[in-house]
Amino acid sequence: MSATDGPTDEHWIDPEIIRPYVVTRGRTAPTRGRFDLISMALAIGPPPGPDAGLDPEHLSILRLCREPKSVAEIAAHLNLPAGTIRVLLGDLFDRELVSAQEPQSEVDMHDVKMYRAVLDGLRSL
Amino acid sequence: MVFDRSERPRLPRAIKILVAGGFGAGKTTMVGAVSETRPLRTEEILTDRSVGVDDLSSVEAKRTTTVAMDFGRITLNDEYVLYLFGTPGQERFWFVWDELAEGALGAVILADTRRLADCFPSVDYFERRGTPFVVAVNCFEGAPSYDLPEVRLALQLNPSIPIVMCDARKRDSSREVLITLVKHSARLRAEPVG
Repeated sequence: MSATDGPTDEHWIDPEIIRPYVVTRGRTAPTRGRFDLISMALAIGPPPGPDAGLDPEHLSILRLCREPKSVAEIAAHLNLPAGTIRVLLGDLFDRELVSAQEPQSEVDMHDVKMYRAVLDGLRSL
Repeated sequence: MVFDRSERPRLPRAIKILVAGGFGAGKTTMVGAVSETRPLRTEEILTDRSVGVDDLSSVEAKRTTTVAMDFGRITLNDEYVLYLFGTPGQERFWFVWDELAEGALGAVILADTRRLADCFPSVDYFERRGTPFVVAVNCFEGAPSYDLPEVRLALQLNPSIPIVMCDARKRDSSREVLITLVKHSARLRAEPVG
């Protein structure tokens, strides 16, 4: 369902709305960090055991992040809102199971090296 | 920096470019044409407070809504990943645009000559925010064809803003639009790059 379609289900319980809050146990913000939509995450360290107290969604994120993935990509693949992924990534970051990289910031937009890399990358598409 | 850890493996840094324009102007088509995979969709859940006063008041039980964004990825090298985001089409989602525009390299505004006025809000928005942008006229079959100077005049574009023709379905054409934007942004913010 996309916002442009407008609400199609006016029933007061909408599973698509409830599920993200259940997954995060009601939390709406990560414990640490901000996690932009394009912050990159990568799983690090040995895979956690069953006693690590992680939910299936945490484990799904760790599997996805064997290669670097953005918050937006994780959200799209797990079919969860980006806000939910931010909370879960915060949990994993706290346990040192993921490392994260913030995006290129507004002040970094003067970096000529970055522009060259983007142009070279686009030309080799 | 919150994320700094000395033993951290090397992670690429993400850069984003926005693709804006009216409904049906070809935003998702362009994102898909140049990305590595088919466009992905991410959703943000908004509470009624963040949405503000709008038509939600007519559906009292529904306290939240979702806004969807289509996006794609281009892995540039080991150091950088480029994300292209189609901006949400409705103007009541301006605050989502603010989050998207923050730190963006720039924006492509897709124009459809059948509905040129649809891209006025995007032009206004990026001008006001100071985000570098280019206008790409998506050449739809059967659409009236205008010269680029005519479109520039109709949009009251500053002469320094690049305007190009494109076919958003084609990878090469969409890639050229992005290259035009990156050069324009570099000129404004860094120094000219070849």
